[in-house]
Amino acid sequence: MALTRQPARAAAVAAVTLLVALPYSGVADFYLSYLYVVFFWIALATSWGILSGYSGYWSFGHAAFFGAGVYTTATLAGKWGVPFLLTVPAAAAIAAALALGIGLVVFRIKTLRAEFFALLTLSVTFVLAAIISNTPLDGGGGIYLSNVSVPQFGTTVPGAIYLLGLALALAALAVSRRVLRSRLGAGLLAIHDDEDVAEVKGVPTLHYKLIAFAISSAIAGAAGAIQAAYVGYVTVGETFSITVPLYVVLMSILGGARHWAGPAIGATLITVALSIFVGGGHAELGRAGVALALVVVILVLPRGIAPSLLGRLVRRKHAAPGAAQAPRNVLVMKSPAVQTATGRPLLICRGVTKSFGGIRALQGVHLQVDEGEILALVGPNGSGKSTLINMISGHFSLTSGSIHLAGAAIDGLAPHEIARRGIARTYQIPRLFDHLTVLENVRLCAFFGGARETAGESSPDELARRWLAFTGLEAKADALPPTLNLHERKFVEFARALAARPRLLLLDEVLCGLTPTEVDQAIAMIRKIRAGGTTIVFVEHLMRAVVALADRIAVLDQGMLLALGPPRETMQDPRVVGAYLGTAHAA
Amino acid sequence: MSLTLLAQSAIGGLLLGGIYGLLALGLSLSWGLLRLMNLSHFALAFLGAYLTYQLGTQFGIAPWLSALVVVPAFFVAGLALHALFVRFQVSEFASMLVTFGITILIESLIQWIWSADYRKFESGYAQESLRIGTVFVPVPELAAFACAALLAVAAWAGLNRTLLGKALRAAAYDGPVAAAFGINARRLSYLLAGLCAASAGVAGVFIALTSTLAPSQIEAWIGVVFAVVIIGGLARPLGALAAGCLIGVSESVTMAAVNPAWAPLVAFSILIVLLLWRPRWL
Repeated sequence: MALTRQPARAAAVAAVTLLVALPYSGVADFYLSYLYVVFFWIALATSWGILSGYSGYWSFGHAAFFGAGVYTTATLAGKWGVPFLLTVPAAAAIAAALALGIGLVVFRIKTLRAEFFALLTLSVTFVLAAIISNTPLDGGGGIYLSNVSVPQFGTTVPGAIYLLGLALALAALAVSRRVLRSRLGAGLLAIHDDEDVAEVKGVPTLHYKLIAFAISSAIAGAAGAIQAAYVGYVTVGETFSITVPLYVVLMSILGGARHWAGPAIGATLITVALSIFVGGGHAELGRAGVALALVVVILVLPRGIAPSLLGRLVRRKHAAPGAAQAPRNVLVMKSPAVQTATGRPLLICRGVTKSFGGIRALQGVHLQVDEGEILALVGPNGSGKSTLINMISGHFSLTSGSIHLAGAAIDGLAPHEIARRGIARTYQIPRLFDHLTVLENVRLCAFFGGARETAGESSPDELARRWLAFTGLEAKADALPPTLNLHERKFVEFARALAARPRLLLLDEVLCGLTPTEVDQAIAMIRKIRAGGTTIVFVEHLMRAVVALADRIAVLDQGMLLALGPPRETMQDPRVVGAYLGTAHAA
Repeated sequence: MSLTLLAQSAIGGLLLGGIYGLLALGLSLSWGLLRLMNLSHFALAFLGAYLTYQLGTQFGIAPWLSALVVVPAFFVAGLALHALFVRFQVSEFASMLVTFGITILIESLIQWIWSADYRKFESGYAQESLRIGTVFVPVPELAAFACAALLAVAAWAGLNRTLLGKALRAAAYDGPVAAAFGINARRLSYLLAGLCAASAGVAGVFIALTSTLAPSQIEAWIGVVFAVVIIGGLARPLGALAAGCLIGVSESVTMAAVNPAWAPLVAFSILIVLLLWRPRWL
């Protein structure tokens, strides 16, 4: 692998060196300006991808942040005489601040779907344009920047602009690549697939979206600053036109929005294609040609060019021998620890109440779960079992009451904070991140979930492979979730929850829909998990499993705790029988 | 500012709102019921407007006669476009990108045939207006509003009062389940796509009568009409009309009372406030 990586790196270094040296080689300014335009679009498209491509929150307001940068430079350098280079970071900062302001408002609205985010950001563009055009910032006539002196470190002014554009494009690519390979990137990709689940698995979704929005907008703002110097005369109409967001979106889609290099590939292709037509004097034809290409690409290659192109390269790399094999069946449980309940309370629910409008799903449930025990939560459909699980994991807020984990209150915390305190859950219908492989799914949860103190002992990758081995899914590590069957999907849910190394594991009907053999496997697995020291609360209808596993049973009926105690006695309680089968049988 | 001026601008805005509502109707239905965001709706409307203009100025054909040609032709065009979406199983977002591409294609076509110059269709009744008290009501705008109201009510009745409309809504809500109950969702979706495109043709005829035409004007309508679609609520014909009137009136009162340059701010400020506030009817 090192052999294939080194030439690639050497080629990249050589290419960058060549590009940096270009202005000093006496190339005509025309070519430098031409390349600058390519860099400009690469920077803009790549910056868009950092929020929108990765997280799926498509911004149609990229022109707003680009325009904020343009007008920062136009005002600072054009009117107040601030040195041009100083205005570039200022433009980035103002664009980022604008994004944070907008983000703080719109990202808090949970019901705001992606299309609405797109249109809301588009509206912000028009509002900003109207404000700038009607205030002394522009006044409607545009601003000349001809008096602004651009430092000539590239022999000529176009040379300097070229070098600035190159630097920005490279910076954007480096940032985007770095983001994609970091926790931030993993979190954003998870948000793209299922934001609620990402939050429950420990991803601080609001925080991450804000950071990505700010980074993305800062780069767009810097691009605006440089573009202002390049064009020399800025107008509201040109700056805030619909061209910027649409071109940026098209470039990213064409190249592949979920890959760091995708937008850059798309930007290069579209810019070059447009210039060929414009150069030949057929501007309309060029636009039509690009439009046609867009239609065809979206229809034929909906994921963009980069994934199929790079997928081919990666496949070749994988074929090469030497890929580190994960150790098989290394099921080293950390400490033999507790085998049975210790009597020390881990989770305490006091008077937990939940109302949905007029419906009272939970009416004051008191429940204590001891460390190391397995508690089964049973009850007829609609009795509030899943609601209780959703409230412990933070998905729903409490109407009244309190929930404590190991003595500390967790009600009112964001789900990702609850996850970090050591609560993990599975979903009745597996909700996996469909665009991430099985291994990536599990690794993400190892990354974000669970108590921090154990994070040092092994890398998330090792942890993920270990839990895949535990659930018998090693062979499926590189598969995408939609290709798995229900049994496998449920076990991936298990592996994800376990990878977070929870103190308390909430299992929501994991056995439902499995065959008898699969149920036996799952029961054995749950026993092993408890042996590792994890406390388990599980919701289940399958009485065979409940009796086989549970230390105690809590029976819910119509939102109230009906009975609590050892399995057999509790299930024979006349009130419980009545709740399940009707009072006639209980008598 | 005088009361007359205020009344005049409110009437003007209300009638303009009719055209917003007319354009929003087709978009709202295709977005809400077919899960397709059809940006090319605007380009189609302008193509319709240019055709009406061409037929009117070159052959002297009356606009209502042109409509008899344009509207059925657009119905067929809508079917063809929908066939493309069905064949490639286009998702909601992809539909927006594809139709943006189609918009540019149509815009280039318009520019190629009619050039980028501004054009105005001088029909016989362009200057006619009724006078009510001190307020003038232009006839073409009034006709557009009446037509928008008629279509919105028809669409509402069609969706809520007929079996076909209920089937459409069921198919949009849950396609597989609707199919299990014997609803041929595909045939219905073709019908709706055709009708939406036909409504773009109707809007086009009225745009030709009331506005100045230029290829660049296509993009100018996109933002405002989308705001109208969202404020009105997806797949709610009467909502689209009401939202169109709301935006139209607020825009033109702002133009008259404050400054024409602030008008674009109005539609989007209303949209942003409503999106953040999220009243129950939205």
